[in-house]
Amino acid sequence: MSFLEYAPAPESRAVLSLKSEYGLFIDGDFRAASGESFATISPADESHIATIASASEADVDAAVAAARRAYDKTWSRMSGRDRGKYLFRIARLVQERARELAVAESLDNGKPIKESRDVDVPLVAAWFFYYAGWADKLDHAGLGANPRSLGVAGQVIPWNFPLLMLAWKIAPALAAGNTVVIKPAETTPLSALIFAEILQQADLPPGVVNIVTGAGATGAALVRHPDVNKVAFTGSTPVGREIAKAVAGTDKKLTLELGGKAANIVFEDAPVDQAIEGIVNGIFFNQGHVCCAGSRLLVQESIHDDVVERLKTRLSTLRLGDPLDKNTDIGAINSREQLDRIRELSRIGEEEGAERWSADCVIPDNGFWFAPTIFTNVQASHRIARDEIFGPVLSVLTFRTPAEAIEKANNTPYGLSAGIWSDKGSRILAVADRLRAGVIWANTFNRFDPSSPFGGYKESGYGREGGKQGILAYLKAPAAAVEPTPLVERAEGETKRRTRTPRAKKGASS
Amino acid sequence: MSRRLTVPKTYKLYIGGAFPRSESGRTYEVVSAGGDFLANASLASRKDARDAVTAARGAVKGWSGATAYNRGQVLYRVAELLEGRRAQFVDEIVQQTGVSASDATAEVDEAIDRWVWYAGWCDKFGQVAGNGNPVAGPYFNISVPEPTGVVAVIAPQDTALLGLVSAIAPALVTGNSVVVVASERYPLSAISLGEVLATSDVPGGVVNVLTGSPKELAPWLASHPDVHGLDLVGAGDLDWVDLQIAAAETLTRVLPPEQGPDAAAPSLSRIAAFTETKTVWHTKSLV
Repeated sequence: MSFLEYAPAPESRAVLSLKSEYGLFIDGDFRAASGESFATISPADESHIATIASASEADVDAAVAAARRAYDKTWSRMSGRDRGKYLFRIARLVQERARELAVAESLDNGKPIKESRDVDVPLVAAWFFYYAGWADKLDHAGLGANPRSLGVAGQVIPWNFPLLMLAWKIAPALAAGNTVVIKPAETTPLSALIFAEILQQADLPPGVVNIVTGAGATGAALVRHPDVNKVAFTGSTPVGREIAKAVAGTDKKLTLELGGKAANIVFEDAPVDQAIEGIVNGIFFNQGHVCCAGSRLLVQESIHDDVVERLKTRLSTLRLGDPLDKNTDIGAINSREQLDRIRELSRIGEEEGAERWSADCVIPDNGFWFAPTIFTNVQASHRIARDEIFGPVLSVLTFRTPAEAIEKANNTPYGLSAGIWSDKGSRILAVADRLRAGVIWANTFNRFDPSSPFGGYKESGYGREGGKQGILAYLKAPAAAVEPTPLVERAEGETKRRTRTPRAKKGASS
Repeated sequence: MSRRLTVPKTYKLYIGGAFPRSESGRTYEVVSAGGDFLANASLASRKDARDAVTAARGAVKGWSGATAYNRGQVLYRVAELLEGRRAQFVDEIVQQTGVSASDATAEVDEAIDRWVWYAGWCDKFGQVAGNGNPVAGPYFNISVPEPTGVVAVIAPQDTALLGLVSAIAPALVTGNSVVVVASERYPLSAISLGEVLATSDVPGGVVNVLTGSPKELAPWLASHPDVHGLDLVGAGDLDWVDLQIAAAETLTRVLPPEQGPDAAAPSLSRIAAFTETKTVWHTKSLV
C-alpha cells in the first residue's frame, strides 16, 4: 500500500433529509410550478437526487409579485435593526446546519467535501454575518444619510459555488432593504432549496426571498421582468452581454460578475514551495470551476523547468474521486456539458501545438471526471491561453521581464483576478498597480472574505460584491441628494465676483 | 478711419493634442441665435472618431500613471487658463446661444469653478472611495479606485460650455482619457476649450474633441472595443437605447442621458461611474 492509498472515508449522507420532489419557494412556501420539472443528479455517479420544479414565465411573475408585496408592505418599512436581526438569524442557522449544507452541496455539485465543508459553507455564514451588521448602518456606506433601497432584485447565479453565490447575492440585497427573487443554476438547485427551509426556520417574512428553479429561460424571464428594479448576475460573459442588452434603456441597476482568464505570475525570486501550492489552489480548487481561477501560469523563464517539474510531482499526489470522501482533492466535473467543453478545448490545445500532461489517476466508471492537466509550450495566441476553460486545466507561459509579464497578463478581454508571486514587496505593489484586474492576490490565491470587494475590469463585468462596495450595488442616493458643490450664484456679475473675498463668501454661505 | 477688419478663427477638431481638420474634409455652418454666420466647424467622421479613440487610448497610461497630486495641479492649471480667457468664452457663448452677457458670464464662472472643484478631488477620491478591508486572515487587504480607461462622452447639447465641462472633468479626475462629441449647435466653445487644454499641461490625447453630428458619431464610439466607458448625458435626443445595446457588446460602462440645465451636475457619483475597484491581498508573514 503506497502512501497515497487510504481507506475510503466518506462523509455520511444520513445528515440529509431530502424530499423526492421540490417545488418553487414563493411567498414563504413551496408550491408547484406550472412548467415541467427536471431531475438534479449527482455528477459523481449520475444518480438521481431529486425532482426539481421548472419555473415558467407565469411562475416568475408570481415570484416577482410576491417580492413586490413583501417590499411594499414589510421589508422596506422594517427598521434596519430588525432586518439585520433576520440576517444574523440566517447566519446562525447556516452554521447550525453547516454539515447538512456541505453534504448537499458536494452531492449536487461534485465538489470535494473538504471544500464545501471548509470553504463554501463557512463563507456563506460569514457573508450573512457581515451584511447583517450593515443593515442598520447604511448611513455610513458612502451615499450620505438615509440611502434608499432599490426594490425587487432579480438574481441569477451559477453552478460552481451554488450556496456561496446565493449568499453573495441575497445577504447585501436584504441588508440594504430590497426583496429578492433568485434563480439557482439548473444543475445545482439543491442547497438553495434547503436554504429555503432555513428561511422558514428564521421566520423571514413571506416573499422577502423567493427561489425559482429552472434553466436559462427562467433566468431570462426574471431579468427581463418589468417589475424588477435590480439585476445581479454571475455567470459567463456571453450571457452577461445578453443581460446588459436586455436591461438597456430601463431603470434597472445592473451588476455583472462574469468570466475570467487570470494570470498567475511567478517571479524567479518567489518562494517556490508556497507558489506551487498557490498555483495548485489557483487552478485546481473546485476542479477549476472558478471564474477567478489562475488558469494562465506566467513563469519567469529561468525557473520554468523547475516549477513545471514540481507542479507535476505535486499534482501526482492529488486524489481524484468521490466528492463526499474527506480525503478527496479533486471532485467531479459539474455536468456532461461542461466536461465536453473541457475536453474540446484540451483537444484544441494539443492540435495547436501545446504539450499536454495529465496526472495519472484512476477515473471512476460513472460520472463526469477530468484529470488535472497542464499544458506547457503555450503561446499567447492559443485558444487555451485565451478562452475560459472553467476546468482543471492549466496553461503555462513564460516571460523574461516584469514588463513582459504585465503585458501578457493584461492581454485578455477579461480582467477579474491575478496572482503575483515574489519575495520583493516593492515589485509586487508595482506590478499590482499595472494589472488590469479587480482582485489581485500577492503570494496567495483564491482568498475570499465578505469584507473584501470582488469583481472585474473589462469584460469580466462591473459592480462589486463583498465589502462596502458590495452594499452600494443595492442602494441609491437619498431622495434629496445634496452634493457639496461650489455653486456660483448665477446672477452675479463680473465685478461682484471679482471683489468677493473669502471671508465674505464664508459669511454668505449661510 | 475705416473699421478694422477682424481676423476670424478656423475651428478644427482637437485630437491627440493637435488641431486637425476632419479627414473627410467636411464642415458644417455654425450660426448665431439670430441666424448670422459664425464659423464653419469641422463635421467629424467615423475615421476622426476612431483616430480620437486611438489617441485617447495611447494617453491612458501616462495620465492614469501620473500621481494624483500631479493630475490635480494640471487640472487646476486648466482652470487658471480658462479664467484668463473668460472674456473670449463669454463672447462665444453670447454669439452662439444669444443669451445675455451676464448669463454667459455666470455660465463661464460656474464652468471654471466646477473645474476647480473636480481638480481638488484628484488626490482625495481614492481616500473616499477606497478603504482597507478587515479580512479574517493574515493579509493586508486594500481596495482602491482606478480609472476605467477611455471614456466617450456625448456632451449636453443645450449648453456650449458648462455641460461639456461638467461631463469631461469628472472622468479626468481619476485618470481616464476622454473623447467628447460637443454640442452640435454650439460647438465653438468646445474647440476653444481644446485650445486651453493644449496650452495647459494636459498631455495630448487625454481629451479629444469632436464637432459634428452626435447622431452620426455616437454609434461608432459606443461600439468601439477600445471605449471602456460611455457617458450618454447629452444623448437624450438620439436612439440612446441602441447605443447602450451596442456598448453592451464589450461590457462598456454606461451613464444614461440627463435632461435640463442641471445635467451632469457636480457629484462624486460622476467620478465613481468610470472607475474600477481594485482589491489587493498581500500576505503577512508570521513573526
